[in-house]
Amino acid sequence: MGVNTNPVLGGDGFITTKLSSFANWARKNSLWPMPFGTACCAIEMMGVFASRFDLSRFGAEVVRFSPRQADLMIVSGTITYKMASVCRKIYDQMPEPKWVIAMGSCTCGGGPFDSYAVVQGIDEFLPVDVYVGGCPPRPEALIDAVMKIQKKIEREGAPIV
Amino acid sequence: MERVEFITDEIDVSAGTRTEALILNMGPQHPSTHGVLRVVLHLDGEIVVKAIPYLGYLHRGIEKLCESITYQQCIPYTDRMDYVASICNNIGFILTVEKLLGIQDEIPERAKVAEVILFELGRVESHLIGIGTNALDLGAMSAFLYCFKERERIYDILEMVCGARLTTSYPRVGGLPDDLPENFNEAIRNFLRAFPKTLAEVDKLLTRNRIWIERTKGVAYISAEDAIDLGLTGPALRGSGVPYDVRKAIPYLGYENYDFEIPIATDGDAYARYLCRLEEMRQSLRIIEQAANNLPDGPYIADLPEIVLPRKELVYTKMESLIRHFVLVYEGFKTPPGEIYHSVENPKGELGYYVVSDGSGKPYRMRVRGPSFVNLQALPKMVEGRLLADVIAAIGSIDIVLGEVDR
Amino acid sequence: MSFDLQAVIDSLKSNSPDTILDIKAFRNETTLLIKKEKIQEFCQYLKNNFDFKFIVDITAVDYLERKTPRYEVVYYLHRFGPEYSENVRIRLKVEVPEEDTRVLSVTPVWSGANWLEREVYDLFGIEFVGHPDLRRILMPEEYDAHPLRKDFDVRNREPSKRCFEKDLKEGESGTS
Repeated sequence: MGVNTNPVLGGDGFITTKLSSFANWARKNSLWPMPFGTACCAIEMMGVFASRFDLSRFGAEVVRFSPRQADLMIVSGTITYKMASVCRKIYDQMPEPKWVIAMGSCTCGGGPFDSYAVVQGIDEFLPVDVYVGGCPPRPEALIDAVMKIQKKIEREGAPIV
Repeated sequence: MERVEFITDEIDVSAGTRTEALILNMGPQHPSTHGVLRVVLHLDGEIVVKAIPYLGYLHRGIEKLCESITYQQCIPYTDRMDYVASICNNIGFILTVEKLLGIQDEIPERAKVAEVILFELGRVESHLIGIGTNALDLGAMSAFLYCFKERERIYDILEMVCGARLTTSYPRVGGLPDDLPENFNEAIRNFLRAFPKTLAEVDKLLTRNRIWIERTKGVAYISAEDAIDLGLTGPALRGSGVPYDVRKAIPYLGYENYDFEIPIATDGDAYARYLCRLEEMRQSLRIIEQAANNLPDGPYIADLPEIVLPRKELVYTKMESLIRHFVLVYEGFKTPPGEIYHSVENPKGELGYYVVSDGSGKPYRMRVRGPSFVNLQALPKMVEGRLLADVIAAIGSIDIVLGEVDR
Repeated sequence: MSFDLQAVIDSLKSNSPDTILDIKAFRNETTLLIKKEKIQEFCQYLKNNFDFKFIVDITAVDYLERKTPRYEVVYYLHRFGPEYSENVRIRLKVEVPEEDTRVLSVTPVWSGANWLEREVYDLFGIEFVGHPDLRRILMPEEYDAHPLRKDFDVRNREPSKRCFEKDLKEGESGTS
């Protein structure tokens, strides 16, 4: 993108860019997360949305509990096999383009629950964009993950260097 | 205020219109079920005819996992049950193991008083989120933000003490793993100064708020007899007028020496439970203040070499300590064979641990009686015959944590 | 203390010697071993005559290869006293052999026992005769094992996976 200074075209005040990068720019600054909170990490995720950490500084505060209105799924908390099909169904209902953050050790790889009921990592049935470790991760870590998603969106469609 | 009763039988469905029962699936992914609870609601218009809760979407097998690890290793798993007040779960578990070992009398006073402070902080922490999310579900967003602001303050204290915000895993069998930080008392004092102001704000925002009263008064009613019959504990029981609290009934950690009241409300509705929680927080502050005034100096962990891990600097310098450390970590301490049940008054009700020991370093069976699990049984009774919108108020007022319901 | 638990136990023992098989005390907790067929009757008796109105917990323990009969179902009862110091607790136990895992339900006595018994049924496979709604509660309904039994490996994820795959297939053919 570049700011236009050509007086014939109306002087400064508008920007020329490719449509795709404009869309990416708009997308990355208005992520609508769908919090798929199941366990402990959900409480830390609530902390991220609440006053002190305030995710709205990154344009991602419009929490939508309907998957049809969201483009970022934050899976926070242990996913059991009983829950996994629900998780997959919700992901399938989200419109494209969509991204997934796996928040916490349980979603990344089962965490401390190496047991008969727990899925050992949600990437067994979901494509994950950013993994956040920690049990639970600190709010700063989730904010970092959102920023990583923003970087990823920025590069979307760009030639792979 | 008069309570409006909705009785499905009185509705005249024969007047020319055809009605059909509607089955509505609520959850497991629903913002107001506080996690992954699923309730199947049979509706007649807007009235709930039948509510069937389905659980298990967060069943992680904690009881089974604990059978294959040593007692000290179980502590982090107890965190992740009632994760809103992890510290209370930890203390409940270590008290159970201490009872099993029969070493209650050898726990130093400093550890006991510190545990009381932390336990009550956990209670405040949990009630804040209980009230905050209940209000959030019913549309009062600001109360939630105030509550969360105060939770962050408690997180800061917990972080100072044990390094974690949420999942504390702090006390050990025998006392505390390390001495309290130097400025612990000061932090508690600051909290005691600042917290009543926020509590007054939450009180002002909700207690006489007309919308809040309309949404909670007379809603999710349960009588004292039903509450006892269903085995409810905590604010869910005390909101119906039964003054039962484990801290008074079967005192632990020296609670009998503190001066505090058990608040009860007699209406048995969601508003009564809210009032109970609010008053319990004030009582918790009283306990914390008394405990902070009497926090003694001295040892923070019992002098029991066969149970307590040696100090780290000794492990690095002394051969005997290194061996002892290795044995304690690898095999765990030995417990006498037998079975023990110990309960504590968690913020949500009676949290009980039932441990069967076969004499080895690992529990043969560990059972957790989660208060949310038993309290949730009251949900169908509370909502059947009432409006659909009251289901949200009912779930919020029972204050469940699914980690503990499903374990 | 106005309520004397010991006197109550003594009178119970003398009144119905074939119901109480054994009495144990460990760390101030009293455990009564009850004859399996008599558990419902005995609980009703305790509730009516001695005011044990509150069921605290029901659980089970699997003593595979350590003890026969294999299972024990554990009940924990509470009695509210007029004063806080008069609260009394008692533990009842029933031995359940492997060949016949049926016990009479106590849900008719305390409705709070409902979910507690369902959980024991789910995780141990002990059937409660007379229970109004005996279904699995934590594991999926088509789950084909009882995970808290000692012969079930904690890392055995196969039964869960089968249920998951079935759910997934049903989800694909469904409308949403």
